[in-house]
Amino acid sequence: MTTNATGPRTLGKVRPHQTQNEALLFEKSSPGKRAYMLPPLDVPAVDAASLLGVAKRDQGAELPELSEIEIIRHFTRLSTWNYAIDLGMYPLGSCTMKYNPRVNELVARVEGLAEAHPYRPDSLAQGILEVIDLLQHCLLEITGMDAITLQPAAGAHGEFTGILLVRAWHESQGNPRRKIIIPDSAHGTNPATAAICGYTVENLKSNAEGGIDLEALAAQVDSETAALMLTNPSTIGVFESQIARIAEILHAKGALLYMDGANMNALVGKARPGDFGVDVMHLNLHKTFSTPHGGGGPGSGPVVCKAFLKPFLPIPVLVQDKDGAKHWNYDRPQSVGRVRAFYGNVGMFIRALAYILANGPDGLRQTTEDAVLNANYIRKKLEDVFELPYKTASMHEVVFSDKLQAAKGVKTGDIAKRLIDYGFHPYTVSFPMIVHGALMIEPTESESLEELDLFIEAMRAIAKEVDETPELVKTAPHSTRVSRLDEVQAARKPILRWAPAVRPNAR
Amino acid sequence: MRYLPKSPAERKRILAEIGAASIDDLFAVIPAGNRLGRDLAVPRAHAESEVIDYFRAAGKKNATGYASFLGAEAYRHYRPVIIDSLVQRGEFLTSYTPYQAEITQGTLQAIFEFQTMIAELTGMDVANASMYDGSTGAAEAVRMAMRVTGREKAVVAATVHPEYREVMATYARHQELPSTLVGYDPETGRIDLAALEAAITQETAAVLVQSPNFFGVIEDIPAVAALAHAKGALLIVSIAEAVSLGIVRPPVEADIVSLEAQSFGVALSYGGPYCGVIAAKEQFLRQMPGRLVGQTVDGNGNRGFVLTLSTREQHIRREKATSNICTNQALVALMATIFLSVYGKEGIRELAEHNLAKADYAAKTLSAQPGAKLHFSGAPRFNEFVLQTREAPAAWSQRLMDKMIVGGIGLARWYPELGNATLWCATEMVTRAQIDTAAKALAAAPVEAP
Repeated sequence: MTTNATGPRTLGKVRPHQTQNEALLFEKSSPGKRAYMLPPLDVPAVDAASLLGVAKRDQGAELPELSEIEIIRHFTRLSTWNYAIDLGMYPLGSCTMKYNPRVNELVARVEGLAEAHPYRPDSLAQGILEVIDLLQHCLLEITGMDAITLQPAAGAHGEFTGILLVRAWHESQGNPRRKIIIPDSAHGTNPATAAICGYTVENLKSNAEGGIDLEALAAQVDSETAALMLTNPSTIGVFESQIARIAEILHAKGALLYMDGANMNALVGKARPGDFGVDVMHLNLHKTFSTPHGGGGPGSGPVVCKAFLKPFLPIPVLVQDKDGAKHWNYDRPQSVGRVRAFYGNVGMFIRALAYILANGPDGLRQTTEDAVLNANYIRKKLEDVFELPYKTASMHEVVFSDKLQAAKGVKTGDIAKRLIDYGFHPYTVSFPMIVHGALMIEPTESESLEELDLFIEAMRAIAKEVDETPELVKTAPHSTRVSRLDEVQAARKPILRWAPAVRPNAR
Repeated sequence: MRYLPKSPAERKRILAEIGAASIDDLFAVIPAGNRLGRDLAVPRAHAESEVIDYFRAAGKKNATGYASFLGAEAYRHYRPVIIDSLVQRGEFLTSYTPYQAEITQGTLQAIFEFQTMIAELTGMDVANASMYDGSTGAAEAVRMAMRVTGREKAVVAATVHPEYREVMATYARHQELPSTLVGYDPETGRIDLAALEAAITQETAAVLVQSPNFFGVIEDIPAVAALAHAKGALLIVSIAEAVSLGIVRPPVEADIVSLEAQSFGVALSYGGPYCGVIAAKEQFLRQMPGRLVGQTVDGNGNRGFVLTLSTREQHIRREKATSNICTNQALVALMATIFLSVYGKEGIRELAEHNLAKADYAAKTLSAQPGAKLHFSGAPRFNEFVLQTREAPAAWSQRLMDKMIVGGIGLARWYPELGNATLWCATEMVTRAQIDTAAKALAAAPVEAP
């Protein structure tokens, strides 16, 4: 790496190689190339024009034309431009980037499961229905709740479903109520969800420990409060030790306690939301239960609730006959309706159940303990170089602030980018919003002591660089294929698809 | 414990470093009464081989080896092998949402390619990075039209997948947005244009149709668009059978297209994960839900890609966001992108032609059997058709199952007026022999008493 008066430059050595300059598929296409072959048509060919008339497509979509090896190379080369859990620690707070077991991928592709059509007769679907039933049973046991739907496709979709249950219950009591209280430390999906469900969002200011201010809450909850949406442990990784009292305050006014289960990786096998007053919550199978994030999805966001909310669950729900046969029941007059076609992201159910089976009760508990152990180790090893805004005991994640580094003009986002040069994915930047300049670190249970020490060493080295060569940090990353990208230009004049006109000059 | 990379000694060492006497110290913050003082009652830990055995047994119990004529917004198409080879690369599989653009260019460029392909196929200007599925995509498209027009009513065709309509109703319930259902022409199975014209008012934000619709019939999109636009409403076209776009004219008159891309190389997997996507005319871009990838440059002028226009999204706008969606279906969108790369411009057309031919043969063969006739024969179809039988489906479907065939799905559960009608789908995966066997089994009705 070279450093001069204008600061460090991109390494440069990575860019010229062919594998680093893979063009877009469309730029590589040549007419007449093929990567497919259909079997001979065993029925009479048809004349599309006469069958479809004016509905026939005249001009084909400009899809690329390539051979199989080019496609393999294209996507393999692209893949190498990604960081991944498989490459190293991915300490994104709140995202629970844990190891994704490969056996999960194998079993999700088992023939009778992967090829099952959602409308196949129940008699030919008993195997998958048993898988779904066992997963439901496990998730209810893990959360201490009474009823479940697996239909929601992701966490935010689960929130939507959960708040619909809240609303439906209030309606059944005569008044849907007007508002949802959300702490200022919450994920952005919480207020967005409340708004979609027709609720006014009321912010609740966190107390000096970053937790719920009981007095403020008691003053705020009234007969128009439908629910409090609470993340527990909170987004600063702290367990709300007053949780039972919080539930009491809400319940006394007829309001419900919704729990965002994003941080369930701190609790599995150690404590159950159903035992501490939560009425309804969602889980993220792609966080706690190891299904892969896949570059942004698919997720799965099951919702679990107490018995009094069961009548409102989305249709259909899984039921069992006296003879043990399982089938879907659609006859549920109080249901909030459907939130998705079919039954949910079933492929993710299979993976999550495989994870639970591989772990068993001891493995699940040890997983939680290791996740908490790792976060506390990082806290201990970094608290002398990064400011810890909240001294409360950490669970699965620890949140520092960039206060000490900001004095030198280096922000959390810069430190995050510099971490890339040390071979790690950045932590979560500038969230939660109650911490100015937050560094939100969630190591998960999947990191060995060696990897943790490397991460700690990297963070400490960066803290030192901030003191000695702040420019080096502020202009990071220096080792990546591309340097910092111009987001302003991207948003000002959006180019969202390839077209020959926007093809850049060949370099 | 095979996923946990620590020895007992290392755990002790870390505890000592932290200054904790035991792991329980770290959980002391949870009030004792709220701690679980026992093992979870879940199955014991299983060896990897046992995990595989469990799911293989479940797969067998599910039954395999059946030929299937089921469609209805979940389609069985051939999945090229390289899809799973590539999406199982750890760099794609175990990567997060590409917020850190410098180390996620692979995912970002692939999404940019996906957006381009979807825009090309649908005839729209722009497409997003994906939605959960076709049903939620359609519901979000209606909400988008509401924001664009400032109007609060929707007109929905009864021929949109019933479950999509149920999802839409759930989304709309707390958003004003009353919707009017418009029926279908009994001859063609297309939306009743006269009823549609009457239903659209100056308050209509959007008209939503599906094409091919739930009966497999291709709607007259230009005619529907003219009626919607005459009253200032947007037209949303939901497309559930994406392969149709290889041979069926794209809905270029639409303002928003909500596509279910499952047909592009995504396993049926008992209903999910699939891959919705919203495409639209460029002028509606800032009201789109979901993530968008845009092209830009880095500090050295190199082309690169970033997530962009995120001021629409929940992590920035919170309760004022266009949607609460966060996690989407990225890896499934990658499957679709690879599928479309394999088939390419010519392949997608050829594949669509094969579907057209199989369904045409199946429709002719099955409807030629005694007591059977083709319903809605007055309009063009793609790979699905509605068969009316004298015999109740429950009676003949068992005869087909005995021949290892799952026949069409009964429509009476959603459209009681259609009686014994069933919806059949014949993709390129169905063979002529299977169609002929199904026809024979269908014909083998018990002789009626004189």
